[in-house]
Amino acid sequence: MPHRALSGLVVLDLSENISGPYSTKLLADYGAEVIKIEKPPLGDSSRRAEPFPNDQPDPEKSGLFLFLNTSKKSITLNLESEMGPQIFKRLVEGADILVENFRPGVMASLGLDFEALAEINPALIMTSISYFGQWGPYRDWDGSDIIAQAMGGLMGLTGEADRAPLKLPLSQAEFQGGLNAAVATLSALYFRDETGEGQHIDVSLQEAVASILEGALTIYRYSGFARGRMGSRHHLQCPSRVMEAKDRFIHVQAGANWDHFSTFLEAPHLMEPRFASILRYHYADEVEALIQPWLEKHDAREIFATGQEWRIPFAMVLGIDELMGDPQYEARGFFQEIDHPLAGRLIYPGAPFRMSETPPEARRAPLLGEHNEEVYIGELGLSKDNLTDLKEHGII
Amino acid sequence: MLSKEKRALAGLRVIDLSQIFAGPYATKLLADMGAEIIRVECAARSGRGGALPRMKPGGAFGASFPDGDTGEKSYNRFAYYNEVNRNKYAITLDLTKPLGVEVFRRLVRISDVVVENFTPRVMKNFGLDYPVLRETNPQIIMISLSGYGQDGPYRDYVTYGEGIEAMVGLSQLTAYPDGEPLKPGVAYADATSGLHAAFAILAALRYRRLTGKGQYIDLAMREAVTPILGEAIMDYTMNKRVARPIGNRHPPMAPHGCYRAQGRGEKGGENEKEDAWIAIAVSSDEEWRAFCNVMGDPPWTRDEKFATLSGRLASQEELDRLIGEWTSGYDHIELMNMLQGSGVKAGAVLNIAELAHDPHLKERGFYEELSHPEAGTHRYPGVSWQMSRTPGRLRLPAPCFGEHNRYVFGELLGMSDEEVWRLADEGVSAREPLSYLEA
Repeated sequence: MPHRALSGLVVLDLSENISGPYSTKLLADYGAEVIKIEKPPLGDSSRRAEPFPNDQPDPEKSGLFLFLNTSKKSITLNLESEMGPQIFKRLVEGADILVENFRPGVMASLGLDFEALAEINPALIMTSISYFGQWGPYRDWDGSDIIAQAMGGLMGLTGEADRAPLKLPLSQAEFQGGLNAAVATLSALYFRDETGEGQHIDVSLQEAVASILEGALTIYRYSGFARGRMGSRHHLQCPSRVMEAKDRFIHVQAGANWDHFSTFLEAPHLMEPRFASILRYHYADEVEALIQPWLEKHDAREIFATGQEWRIPFAMVLGIDELMGDPQYEARGFFQEIDHPLAGRLIYPGAPFRMSETPPEARRAPLLGEHNEEVYIGELGLSKDNLTDLKEHGII
Repeated sequence: MLSKEKRALAGLRVIDLSQIFAGPYATKLLADMGAEIIRVECAARSGRGGALPRMKPGGAFGASFPDGDTGEKSYNRFAYYNEVNRNKYAITLDLTKPLGVEVFRRLVRISDVVVENFTPRVMKNFGLDYPVLRETNPQIIMISLSGYGQDGPYRDYVTYGEGIEAMVGLSQLTAYPDGEPLKPGVAYADATSGLHAAFAILAALRYRRLTGKGQYIDLAMREAVTPILGEAIMDYTMNKRVARPIGNRHPPMAPHGCYRAQGRGEKGGENEKEDAWIAIAVSSDEEWRAFCNVMGDPPWTRDEKFATLSGRLASQEELDRLIGEWTSGYDHIELMNMLQGSGVKAGAVLNIAELAHDPHLKERGFYEELSHPEAGTHRYPGVSWQMSRTPGRLRLPAPCFGEHNRYVFGELLGMSDEEVWRLADEGVSAREPLSYLEA
């Protein structure tokens, strides 16, 4: 009896950096056997990405890599070597899923495009992630997170109207790509389990981003109105923004009951008809000016806690250092300590959702090539001598 | 013809009680893949903004209705709702009434998944929490999306996606280096939670296929959004370093940023004229030399300090200023084509109009047209990814309020016309939402 949701699935993961690895992290933490295939001698580029403990670069200690590659196995294989693609094809025979995020055309140049692989394994699901997709005029353009945020429309909507568009922090387009890939892959798995037929999935980061613009594209089609940047304001709700309380910033939002909100803030002027209407966003400056003095008299924590008693959706604007001691995360045991032979015991973000029958489990990320023997000898039946030979020729 | 097209999730039936954006985004993904989504709405919670008086309210809100007009039935014309609820059915059922609960349980018997995003006590108050649903259908998969989770001291706290963005540290980092916390310009926490929720449902379905067992999924939006800050959290746990906003920079690359391009020169306000930008990301010295070449190798680029990444990182402000002087002489689309043509990672910051007409998205068929009986014919952002064997597509416009009552109550549950009428007459199945002020 399987004990994780995705137990029994075999996933080959040729992807690197963030987008692909986040999708396979989800698959792995929820039970799939993910075999990460890294190019020798350096492996996944995220092994060389910050942060490192004490800022000392070490390919086994990148925080980004350790976090994104939990629960996976790692083998090394150079697909550009003569034998690389042959060995890879043998792995494909026993796999359910393949995830890759090379630039479009790379797999084909290795003789490993979907058509070739489907001949070996017709039930294979191959998920390709790229900045602009596998075809179309921009297909061969190079990208990065900021480029996908810019061309997916997200940056043009974020930031102050009179300043430069602002990208979301860290690598959000990459995560969106990974999430789309994960959902697409399991959709294809559902179909394969029904019919036995595999298929090829084409995830474009530009499209992943353009899909989450909160109605902006449809509003444009409906009425020609092209939403722009509004700083911390929301385009429909008022107020809904970060404001200054006595001691620090707080997120202010009225929620469903305006009467309640006005009473709580001791601001009877807010009950004027023009403010009590859904159209009060026309008077956002005035609304905010009526709220600000009260906020400045109270500490953010106090507003948050008592506001919630009134069922008003205030929220704290927290820094990264404030997450781990937070009572709600703590009560639910969200953050997780994971030990690693080289990086040591560290706290990691926990699982994004809980499952009653099949709780997820995140195990430490693999060392580069840690599972070469297990996979090549144990599963493909190569000998120890074969392995030494492959290593000497730079194939693994 | 279309109905014969293979759909990845054909045969899957999902009951969707969710409101606003996170839950509906999850079911949108499933709907686009061919699942049958039945939205359960009621007069007080239509998820459509309530019935508004006919008006042309202006601003972004007014613009959310076709031609800026709320029309006779505003709740069938709302852009938000219509974008995220395409490919779904909708029925009306009041779960505060015993008959509503009874009908709902009949529906659970013939469904695979129930999605809800009320605050944790609501489903229990309806008498429809997971133990009840499991008794009704042992194979049912239920997912609850909430702000903070089904237990813990904040379980009853109310929040929207923006609050979650604040509570995970995303708002604080979404800022200019010298500025106060802003927020993503879209419902980012909702979309991210919705994607995780769709993944969760499909994972549970896979387990059910192998074991016959349903299960309960507890998705706290806050926990679903936290992982996307992974590297900043790891930096804190490793080095006690607290991430600060760095705007458009990205440490391993320089130059890396958003630069002003020549104004669009289009009609519109002053700002719009100036508001043209190009994002550029240079990740190697080789790319830097290619970039200098595109700029025509001006003398300043020969400065030693710009030759290496560490030098460029150390002089980023000066570098950004010099690049900005160059970019401001060109159109942003022209810049993008020039730079990409030379192997430099660059992307025009597309505004919504440009995105809607982007030639690449057009060629890929990203936008698809739907005719909605009350909102008219428009193009919508399409399926979020492409599949070779089961291409998703936009088959149905978003449902009108209660549009599929007859199909669901009659065809699926086998009720007679009289029974269906009775549901409406007794107010169990509403004919229209409450007005905005009542709701």
